[in-house]
Amino acid sequence: MIDPKANAAGNLAADRIDLQLIADMVAPGSKVLDIGCGDGTLLELLVKQHGVDARGLELSQSGVNNCVARGLSVVQGNADTDLSYYPDNGFDTVILSQTLQATQRPHDVLREMARIGKRLIVSIPNFGHWRVRLDLLVKGRMPVTGTLNASWYETANIHLCTLTDFTQLCDVLGLSVESCTTLSRGKAKALPGRTTRRANLLAEQGVFVLTRS
Amino acid sequence: MNATQTQNEDGETVRFDGAALKLDCGVTLETLELAYRTYGTLNKDKSNAILICHALTGDQHPAGDNPLTGKPGWWTQVVGPGGIIDTDKYFVICSNVLGGCGGSTGPQSGNPETGKPYGLDFPVITIADMVRAQNLLIDHLGIESLFCVIGGSMGGMQVLQWAAAHSDRIFSAVPIATSARHSSQNIAFHEVGRQAILADPEWHGGAYYATDAHPRKGLAVARMAAHITYLSEAALQRKFGRNLQDREAISYGFDADFQIESYLRHQGMTFVERFDANSYLYITRAMDYFDIAAENGGNLAAAFNGTATRFCVMSFTSDWLFPTPESVNLVRALNAAGANVSFVEIESDKGHDAFLLDEPEMHATLSGFLQAAAQARGLENGGRDD
Repeated sequence: MIDPKANAAGNLAADRIDLQLIADMVAPGSKVLDIGCGDGTLLELLVKQHGVDARGLELSQSGVNNCVARGLSVVQGNADTDLSYYPDNGFDTVILSQTLQATQRPHDVLREMARIGKRLIVSIPNFGHWRVRLDLLVKGRMPVTGTLNASWYETANIHLCTLTDFTQLCDVLGLSVESCTTLSRGKAKALPGRTTRRANLLAEQGVFVLTRS
Repeated sequence: MNATQTQNEDGETVRFDGAALKLDCGVTLETLELAYRTYGTLNKDKSNAILICHALTGDQHPAGDNPLTGKPGWWTQVVGPGGIIDTDKYFVICSNVLGGCGGSTGPQSGNPETGKPYGLDFPVITIADMVRAQNLLIDHLGIESLFCVIGGSMGGMQVLQWAAAHSDRIFSAVPIATSARHSSQNIAFHEVGRQAILADPEWHGGAYYATDAHPRKGLAVARMAAHITYLSEAALQRKFGRNLQDREAISYGFDADFQIESYLRHQGMTFVERFDANSYLYITRAMDYFDIAAENGGNLAAAFNGTATRFCVMSFTSDWLFPTPESVNLVRALNAAGANVSFVEIESDKGHDAFLLDEPEMHATLSGFLQAAAQARGLENGGRDD
């Protein structure tokens, strides 16, 4: 049940502050698809704060049921297989927050997103973060951090990349990076360019706004 | 066309005279009667009306008590004062389908050409015809746009037909445990039921109304076969297993040794008391003919292109009559059409009939969807004028 007095932003988990950042990047009243919308936190922010016509796609059935019971427009589906059913340019903005790394074919997912949406917002955990690098270098162990908090054998994150890897893939797919905002220790920082070597070392997450070049 | 309203002990009936309804089969019904019930109050804006579409053997009494039987309506779990479909807030309408035997025009109605009951002279009807008839009723009630159309199974087919053919008249749609087309397997089960009726000597080629006869045995067998399809294997096992009926050991005969046999026989026997065999033939046929994609060149999405209706599609994990892939197919088409759609698959072991039963997850979904839709429609008060 939606409590109209509740401020969804106030309930954001510390590791998902990218959601408020993303919500603020979306034009009020626009049509948005959130792929991998989870429990609908971002959708609720979009609907309540920005009056957005927001739809969601979510793999987990319990996540979907929870969303619909809260009045959100969400369908059960898989980012790898179900995006092909959406029409060309059907949405102003298509969002993929912290989901790309869990897809089977990230490049195909991005291609489909670029077909469906005029504008893409993608947030990813940065596998180039210094703690990740240090874990591997010093301990010789697969990194477990606040953002990447599952052991290698049980993680859903099967396609991790660094911010630099991601921008290179965007080049390959013909997507221009309109902006890149990094997140570290709960602080957001807008980069002047696409991304920097420094950001690739210091950022825990990156939030990219992409358009078709 | 004239409309005449009458009040009966079990609800209301409206009668349309003068080329009332042109059917898909080409025949025009000069006279059409629709028996219906309403609950709650229509607000000033006439924006709080919900149409409930009943399933194959349902009737126009979803809420309160059925005035004919004295038993609770078929969807009291969901519809009523303070309920999920709150009759204190919404104006709820439910009509007996065209072809039915609850007071609406059907094969047992008088044929104006002969003065006798139609029997098999009644024209074959479709789901679209049922929905056309409902449109006349909604016109008659002075409602331009329904807040929501809701139904399960064949009721869900009517919901989809409303969405495909009259989407400008419906703000939201909730098709439950249904499909945009009747599957080959479902047609097959219906054919078994119909053949059971046709094989009963009491059927008399459908002209049994003038006699004391009624193809009770055929209709009971049809109901028994259909009833199995409404339940899941798990539910049958849980409820009956291999338990014996009022006996310690098997009888080495063909009496109802097992509880499940006794249960099915009871289902068949009670059904014939309340349902007309010819209606069963006509309504099952209407379901078999239902295929929205076929009417749009095989493209289901084309049926819903540009729709502004908000959809909430629901299916149940153990429903093998209208299994989840049917709903997924529908949802993909709605997405392709750019529709605003929610889709939930409910975990339940109760089979197809789950939509009629106490399913908290379904109720939570329906409640959340209706609240959000009411807000989008500006029914913050829930539709009341105060």
